[in-house]
Amino acid sequence: MKKTTANTANNELFTKKTKAFVYNLKAGPIQRMLDFDFLCCRETPSVAGIINPGSSGWHKAFFGKNEMLIPVFSTVADASKAVPDADVMVNFASFRSAYGSSKEALESRTIRTVAIIAEGMPERETRELIAMAKKKGKWIIGPATVGGIKSGCFRIGNTAGTIENITNCRLYRAGSVGLVSKSGGMSNEMYNVIAQNSDGVNEGIAIGGDAYPGSELLDHILRFEANPDIKMMVVLGELGGQSEYGIAEAKKSGKITKPLIGWCIGTCSKVFPTEVQFGHAGAKSGKEKETADAKNKAMRDAGIIVPRSFEGLGAAIKGEFERLRKEGKIKEIKEPELPKVPQDYAAALKSGTVRRSANFMCSISDDRGDDVLYGGVPLAEIIEKDYSVGDVISLLWFKRKLPKYAAKYIELCLIVAADHGPCVSGAHNAIVAARAGKDLVSSLASGLLTIGPRFGGAIDDAARYFKAGCDAGMAPEEFVEDMKKKAIRIPGIGHRIKSRDNPDKRVEFLKAYAKKHFPETKYLDYALAVENVTLEKANNLILNVDGCIGVTFMDLLSSCKCFSKEELEGIVEIGYLNGLFVLARSIGLMGHIYDQKRLKSELYRHPWDDVMFLK
Amino acid sequence: MARRKVREHDGKKLLARQMGLPIMCCQAKPETDLDSLAKENPWLLQKKLVVKPDMLFGKRGKGNLVLLDADWSHAKEFIKKNMNHEVEMPGVKGALTHFIIEPFVAHKEEYYFSIMPERDSDVLLFSPAGGMDVEANWDKVVKVAVPVGEAADRKAIEKALDGKIPVERKARAAEFFAKCHGVFAGLDLSLLEMNPFTFDGEGNPVPLDLRMEIDDCAGFKDDAKWGPIEFPEPFGRKPYPEEKFVKELDAKTGASLKLTILNPEGRIWTMVAGGGASVIYADTVVDLGYMKELANYGEYSGDPNEEETYQYAKTVLDLATRHNDPKGKVLIIGGGIANFTDVANTFKGIVRALREHKEKLKKANISIFVRRGGPNYQTGLKLMRELGSELGVPIEVYGPETSMTYVVPLAIKKLSG
Repeated sequence: MKKTTANTANNELFTKKTKAFVYNLKAGPIQRMLDFDFLCCRETPSVAGIINPGSSGWHKAFFGKNEMLIPVFSTVADASKAVPDADVMVNFASFRSAYGSSKEALESRTIRTVAIIAEGMPERETRELIAMAKKKGKWIIGPATVGGIKSGCFRIGNTAGTIENITNCRLYRAGSVGLVSKSGGMSNEMYNVIAQNSDGVNEGIAIGGDAYPGSELLDHILRFEANPDIKMMVVLGELGGQSEYGIAEAKKSGKITKPLIGWCIGTCSKVFPTEVQFGHAGAKSGKEKETADAKNKAMRDAGIIVPRSFEGLGAAIKGEFERLRKEGKIKEIKEPELPKVPQDYAAALKSGTVRRSANFMCSISDDRGDDVLYGGVPLAEIIEKDYSVGDVISLLWFKRKLPKYAAKYIELCLIVAADHGPCVSGAHNAIVAARAGKDLVSSLASGLLTIGPRFGGAIDDAARYFKAGCDAGMAPEEFVEDMKKKAIRIPGIGHRIKSRDNPDKRVEFLKAYAKKHFPETKYLDYALAVENVTLEKANNLILNVDGCIGVTFMDLLSSCKCFSKEELEGIVEIGYLNGLFVLARSIGLMGHIYDQKRLKSELYRHPWDDVMFLK
Repeated sequence: MARRKVREHDGKKLLARQMGLPIMCCQAKPETDLDSLAKENPWLLQKKLVVKPDMLFGKRGKGNLVLLDADWSHAKEFIKKNMNHEVEMPGVKGALTHFIIEPFVAHKEEYYFSIMPERDSDVLLFSPAGGMDVEANWDKVVKVAVPVGEAADRKAIEKALDGKIPVERKARAAEFFAKCHGVFAGLDLSLLEMNPFTFDGEGNPVPLDLRMEIDDCAGFKDDAKWGPIEFPEPFGRKPYPEEKFVKELDAKTGASLKLTILNPEGRIWTMVAGGGASVIYADTVVDLGYMKELANYGEYSGDPNEEETYQYAKTVLDLATRHNDPKGKVLIIGGGIANFTDVANTFKGIVRALREHKEKLKKANISIFVRRGGPNYQTGLKLMRELGSELGVPIEVYGPETSMTYVVPLAIKKLSG
C-alpha cells in the first residue's frame, strides 16, 4: 500500500496531527472529540469532515470558545478526495449499514484506520471487512466498541467520557502505559486505575466485545511493543474466544519483551447454572479452553503478570511501574498547563451555574411535557371532554374556558363569516393569485391582505366606537353627530348591497342568537338605536356583519363575567375581533383557492375595456 | 446476542427449504395433538421412525433418550411417556418439552461433517468415522478452509475426500458440502454440524443428527430466508419468576437489565451498572473464595429510566430480604466510571426502592456498599450517604478515588464479621 500519511510509523495509528472523518452526523461525539483536541492544545481540530449520506454543506461546532465549520460530505469517496490527509474514519453507522460504510472506507486510498462503533453487526460481515483490511494493510477497531484514545493526541468519539474524567485520568498528555481491553465500558475504569498507579495511559484501545473483533488484543500489544514511548502494557481480556492464547504465545516466543500485566474477566462463569451469555456477544461461557480461568492460567504460565483477581490489577501495575522507574526507564513528566474547555450552555444550565434572560415569552400553550397544553388544559382532556373549536379558541385566545353559549357563539361567527361568494375583495384576490399558479399559502395571503378598514376589518373599530359611545351614555343621535363632526364613517354601519328592505341574513342570525342566549345585550341595543338614526339618512346604512359581530362580542365578553374591565379594553385594543373575521374567512378563501386549482383555471387577465385609460 | 442455537427440527427444515432436500421431519411439543400431527404428516404412519428430544443438548443416545426404528404407536407412547419428564444431562436438569420425529434410515456408513467459522475462513471438516467416536478418531478428519467472502470449490473438496469416502460417493458428497457451505455463508450460520450423516438408498446425503447455530444479528437481512425459526433458551432449570420478570422488563426497553439467581439463600447480593463491570464484581467474589455466598448476577446498563431502575432494584431487594440470616447479608450497588450516564439520575430509582424496603432491610440485617463514578457522581453518592442515616441501614459509599471492586473485600469482611 502506498503510504499517504507522512510521519506515521506503522506502530502509530494516531498522532497529534491525525485528521479523521466521522461517519454519520453525531453532533455529541464530534464535539467531544474537538473538546479533547482543545484540551490537548492541538493546533488543528481532529475532525476534518463528516460523512452523512445524502447531505452536503457544513456542520457548526466549537473548537474551544470559537465556532468552526466542518465540511459535510455525502460519500466516503467525496470526503477522501477533498481531505486526502485524513486517514481515520470513526464510523457511527448503525449495525445495518456499518458494513457498507466501512467497506467504502477500506476501499478508499487515503483512510487507513476505521473504528466501528455499532453493536450487533453480523459476524460474517465483520469477517469480510477483516479479510479486506488484511489485504490492504489497514486497521479496524471494533465493532461494538467505544473506540480508543491516544493521550494528548486523538480521541475516538466518546472514549474516556467527560472532560472531568479525562483530566482526572491525565489523558491530555502521554503516559507510559499501553492498554488494550475488550470491553469499551470498562476502558474508562481502566484509565482511572492506570492513572492512579502509574504516570498514566499512553494509548488505550477497546477492541470491542464481538467474537471477531476487527483487530485483536495481540495486534495492539505488538504495536505498543514497537512504540518506544510505551514502557509497559496492560491487557484486559474476557471469557470466550482464544485470543489471549496468542498473547501468551507471543510472550513465550519473545515477541513481547516489555512488562505485560494481564487479566481476563469472567472467572465467575463456573458458578453459573447454565450456559450464560454475558453482556458482550463474544463473552459466552461454554468450552473449557475459553474460560477466564484457563486463559488467566495460560497467560500466567507464559510469564505475563496476572493478579489473583481484578482487584489486584492496580497493585500489579504500580509494582511494575515503580520497578521501571527505579531502573531509570521512565522519565518524569512535566504536567502541561491546561486550557479551560468552556462548558456547554445546556450542561451549565442543567447544573444551575448559569442563567440567562429569555428572549421570548409564551403564556398560552406549552409543548414541553408529554402532552401539549392549550391554556393550561392538556390535549388529552380536550379530546376526552369533547371540547369544541370555540372552546379551543377561547383557551388559546382568551386563556380561559368560556360558558358553552359563548363558545358556540364564537363558532357561529366563524360560520357566518366563513365566506361571502367569489366577488368580494378577499376571495377575488385569492382567486387571481391561485390562477396565477401561486401556492396555497401565497394565494391565501393575497386574499387576507385585503382585510382592513373597508373589507371585513371593521369589527374592532365598531366594537370600540359603539362601546365608547354606550359607556359614555351618549344618545344615539349625539353619537352619529359626533362621528360626523370628526369626519369618521361609523365603522360597522353601511353595506354596498344590503339595505333596510334587503336585510343581511347573517346579521339576523347573530342578533337572534345574542338576544336569546346572552344575559345582556346593551351594546347591540345601542348599535341598533344608532342604526335607526343612520337609516333615516340612507336605507343602506344598516348595521352590517362587522358591526354586529363587534357589538355582540362586546356584549358577550362583558356579560359572561369572565373578564375584568381592563381585560375587556385590552381585547378591543389588541384587535382580537378582526381576528375572528380573518380566521373565518380563511376557510372560505382556501375553498376558493382549491376550487380554482381543481377547475384548472387559467391565468386571469383583466380586459382593457374595463379599464379607463387616462391621458 | 449473537450465536443462537436452533432446534434440530428447525435446522433440518431450513436446510431442506434452502437446498431442496427431501428431508422429512416434524415436531412434538406439550400442546401438540399427536393424532392431528399424523394427519398432517401421513408418512408417520407409513414409515419406521426415529424420535429424539430436541432440546439443544447432545449425548442423547447415551442418556437412553433416543427411540429408533419404531412405528407410530410406539413413537406416540415414547413421546407421551417422556413429555414434561425431568432429565439430568451433565450439570443441568430440566424438563423435556420438544421432540423431533423423523423417518428411520437404515444405514451402515456414518460420516461426520461440519462447518465452523474461523477469523479468516470457514472451515469444512469431514470424517469417515462419524458418530459417537468421531473425537476418538480425530486423526481421520480432513479439513478444507474456504476463505471468507469466497465460495467453496467443489473440486478442492473432492480432492480432499480422496481415499476417505467410497469413490462412487465422492462427487455427490462434494457437491452436497459445497451447497451446505453456500447456505452457511448466505444465511449467516455460525455452526452447521451433521454427526453422523449417511446416504439413503438413492445415494442422497441424509443428515441423521444435526446441530445448527445462527448469528441472530443478521436477522435484519436474513429473517425471511430463515423462515419460521425459534431461538430457545439453553436447556436447564426453569427460570425463577423474578428472572422472568426482569427478562420481560429488559425486552420492553432499549436499556439492558439482567438477573440470574445463583443461590437464593446466598448472602452476597449484587446490583451493578455495566456489562463488563457486573462480570468483574461477580468474578471478584468468586476469586476471593466466596462463590457459595454469591446470591445473584445482576446488571443494569444502557441508561434505563427511573421507573425501570426502580422495578429492577425492587426485584433484587425483594429477593435479598426474603430469607433472614442471623449472620447478616450484604448488597453491593456497584459500577465503574460511567461515560455519559448521569449517576444521580440512575440512583433515584434505586433510592426509591431502598426507601420502600426500609423495614425489610433492617430485619434482614443487610449492609449496603456503594461504588460508582461518572457524570454527576458526587450528587449521586451524597444521595446514598444521606439515605443511610435516614433509613438507619448501614450504607458505605465510595467513588472513583477507590478501585472499582474495592467494596467487595469490604463487604466480605463484614460478612465474616
